[in-house]
Amino acid sequence: MNDAREEMGIDACLLAGRLMMEAGAETYRVDDTMTRMAASLDMDGADSFTTSTGIIFSPGGQRRVKLTSIRKRATNLEKIARVNAISRLLSSGDMTLEEAYGELRKVERGNFMFPFPLQVLAAAVASASFLVLFGGDWQNMLFAFFVGGIGFVVSEKFHEKTRVKFFSEFTGSAVIGLLSLASVRAGLGSQLDIIIIASVMPLVPGLLITNAIRDLMSGHFMAGISKGAEAFLTAFAIGSGIALILSFQGVGM
Amino acid sequence: MTFVIHGFFSFLASTMFGIIFNSPRNRLLHCGFVGAVGWLVYLASRDLLLDGDAVKASFLGAFAVAIVAHLFSKRYRTPMIIFSVAGIIPLVPGGKAYNTMRNVMEKHYDEATIYAMEVLMISGSIAMGLVFAEVIIQLIFKKRTAAK
Repeated sequence: MNDAREEMGIDACLLAGRLMMEAGAETYRVDDTMTRMAASLDMDGADSFTTSTGIIFSPGGQRRVKLTSIRKRATNLEKIARVNAISRLLSSGDMTLEEAYGELRKVERGNFMFPFPLQVLAAAVASASFLVLFGGDWQNMLFAFFVGGIGFVVSEKFHEKTRVKFFSEFTGSAVIGLLSLASVRAGLGSQLDIIIIASVMPLVPGLLITNAIRDLMSGHFMAGISKGAEAFLTAFAIGSGIALILSFQGVGM
Repeated sequence: MTFVIHGFFSFLASTMFGIIFNSPRNRLLHCGFVGAVGWLVYLASRDLLLDGDAVKASFLGAFAVAIVAHLFSKRYRTPMIIFSVAGIIPLVPGGKAYNTMRNVMEKHYDEATIYAMEVLMISGSIAMGLVFAEVIIQLIFKKRTAAK
């Protein structure tokens, strides 16, 4: 294997690892994918060290060790599925290295997200469904629908503007608390607790929680602890946003 | 009748979470199916078998989610996480976490502690359900490939 091709192979492995980690894959899967790709490219003794903020990849032998840092993390299951498919094709020999690298670059540039209005609608419908699952009355579904949707928009937009996750989730849940309280105080909705719980569900860090557990159980303690910390911080932000509103509940309203 | 309504809405909620988490488009309905199975197992075991014990019921629910998600991931050759994430969401003890926080706000620390312990137990049993299912599935599939 010549130098340029070797360089591209190392880059392809690292790029695949970074894309999966950014999209929210489990750490053991990232390690596994990179090792498989490296094995199919005849890099003997390749190894990697993956945390949720960076990956160190050693291709083995005399080849240079490289690292990549992971700055943004957003749940994007489609990206995980695509990178997984590319690495499968590369390992089975149905795709050359050049093609695979090109495809990975495409995945990197691509967005694949559902359009934002559709996501908001999904959050709203999910909130309304959760209201029923948590034993709410039918007439409150409408409030969960709107409050959940608006809370999701506020949280996402603030995240776009400020890039501070804690703050955006705090604001989102505070808005949810305020709107729920307003709807109950106006005499339109009942069951304040259930409306709030159902509307907050789209903000819950579900992927982080499951991944943190999976990573801890498979022995990736660094990644597991850091993902657990992120999940805890998110839960804390949501809780304190609601708490802020509830603490004013008794004040002259 | 309750089970029909709950089945429908848990399916709907999990599919919607598939959209929020940006699942592959042709796998959205599978996400919904996994979620509905998990929630119905949870609900049925909680109300019919276990007299309202949410901790054991969460274990069974998470176990069912992981089993179905694994079967789908073998069938479609996609990572299991795509199916399991949306399915787990309904089992998350959001209501109990809320009650913990609310009781802390109202300075009822004794009640808050009870709710907090329940949240901890339920999260733990969800984790155990996921891991146990994975281990068992791996054992079965290893045996099969070894036999071939």
